Amino acid sequence: MELERPLPQPITPEAKPYWEGLREHKLMLPKCGDCGRAFFYPRIVCPHCHSRNIGWIQASGRGKLYSFEIAYQTISRVFKVKPPYVLAMVELEEGPRMLSNLVNVEPDPKKIRCDMPVEVVFHKLTDEFTLPLFQPAGSAR
Amino acid sequence: MSPAATAELRALSNTACIVGVDESDEIGTLPDKSQLSLHLEAITNAVRDAGLKVRDVDGIFTAGQHPPTLLGEALGVTPRYVDGTTVGGCSFIMMVGHAIAALHHHLCDVAVVSHGESGRSGVGVSPRRDTSLTGQYEIPFGFGGAPTYFGMITTRHMHEYGTTLEQWAQVAVSTRKWAGLNPKARNREPITVADVLASRPVCYPFNLLNICLVTDAGGAVVLTRADRARDCAKKPVYVRGAGEATEHVMVTQMRNLTQSEATRLSGEKAFGMAGVTHKDVQHVMLYDAFTSGPPLMLEALGFCKPGEGVRFFEEGRSTPGGSLPINTNGGGLSYTHSGMYGIFPIIEATRQLRGECGARQVPNVKRSLVNGMGGMLSAAGTLVLSNER
Repeated sequence: MELERPLPQPITPEAKPYWEGLREHKLMLPKCGDCGRAFFYPRIVCPHCHSRNIGWIQASGRGKLYSFEIAYQTISRVFKVKPPYVLAMVELEEGPRMLSNLVNVEPDPKKIRCDMPVEVVFHKLTDEFTLPLFQPAGSAR
Repeated sequence: MSPAATAELRALSNTACIVGVDESDEIGTLPDKSQLSLHLEAITNAVRDAGLKVRDVDGIFTAGQHPPTLLGEALGVTPRYVDGTTVGGCSFIMMVGHAIAALHHHLCDVAVVSHGESGRSGVGVSPRRDTSLTGQYEIPFGFGGAPTYFGMITTRHMHEYGTTLEQWAQVAVSTRKWAGLNPKARNREPITVADVLASRPVCYPFNLLNICLVTDAGGAVVLTRADRARDCAKKPVYVRGAGEATEHVMVTQMRNLTQSEATRLSGEKAFGMAGVTHKDVQHVMLYDAFTSGPPLMLEALGFCKPGEGVRFFEEGRSTPGGSLPINTNGGGLSYTHSGMYGIFPIIEATRQLRGECGARQVPNVKRSLVNGMGGMLSAAGTLVLSNER
């Protein structure tokens, strides 16, 4: 069956705990052992204090919609989700921002606003890959 | 910047000049010209504009798919200084700063900054490959084209400052007025705010007329030290100030989505080196890949408070006859945008400072500010150019 989304690739070794966590429906974030701040994307140096002492935490999956766009036409040929769909920048409770999609919502700029609370929903692509999507907090799953 | 650093930069001010500028023979839709040809047309044209010969060129500065080594080879010259810094469309603006430093230290004598891009027709272009980071964290969600990133910055600005779609549209309207006065501009028919709002929705908050053109084009800028510049064909344009900075690549990593730190720093450095302030420039060129870009750049550069950049456009200050003409070539929105647009604002500022712009000539221009972004305000370069020392 043809997937409607491209698989994440190429996976970098430093990001393995992130992708393994998603497979088990956990949103894992790197967190600095020195300054205590979480960050995203996974890398071997803390972008806040430049420490190499990096561990992992499980994020709550809650956050706010920091910003958004609504794609009215297919922009990427490898992405087959039928427009319109919502492109989202989410700011997680733990601090980091990530890109995703806002789902289970009408793709209408009047219905979506910046800073609205959102929560993660896990979207399985294959046995190997699950993506973190987001929906308005408290939506039915 | 420390006073000592500023003093060092001030010493570099006015040491080199832009002496030649030009586009490729044609710009627009050019399915019969390779990217390399666009470079070579632009370089030979700009060198001729300077009254120099290609064999005089000993410094090559270029960004994009073709490295400076290839341009040297294709031209049949052996540069003794090269720079291939590729950090997006502002690379060429940054390279003017790099070139004046190289010229000052006699690392080269005649520097060419060149751009050639078959952005529309894709002739002689290698397929683009996504990096590992975008491939993992962005592409699986449908991100990819520039509108899918710059829109994030734009929507957040609307949320924080109450900026409206009508206000962004004013930027397209103002820029199109200038394009109407530039025979080389691709789209010259006047447009209204209503036209922008009624144009095809692409990616909220952008309709088609909020987004730059996609064209094939080349452009080049020739620089030499001020003493030699006086012997060139045209009136020299002094590089009075230059600044650059980079902040991020991926838009999620931008610290404050509505206030570009790279833009702010590049402007601070350029103004500091030039020893002038905002009120001392009479003409401004800003990289307009999207209508929201120029207002955010005005804000980050300190021309106004955050949230007030759109006023330059809606109050007509940016338009022909206005108090601070902006994007007088018609911009990436209406003149040309091949992908890495940053060479073209330098060309236009130079022509304005020489007084070559005909119907769109801004009267009494002494100093022009050029600012461009690379990526999504990820990198920035700023120049203060002047037709007097």
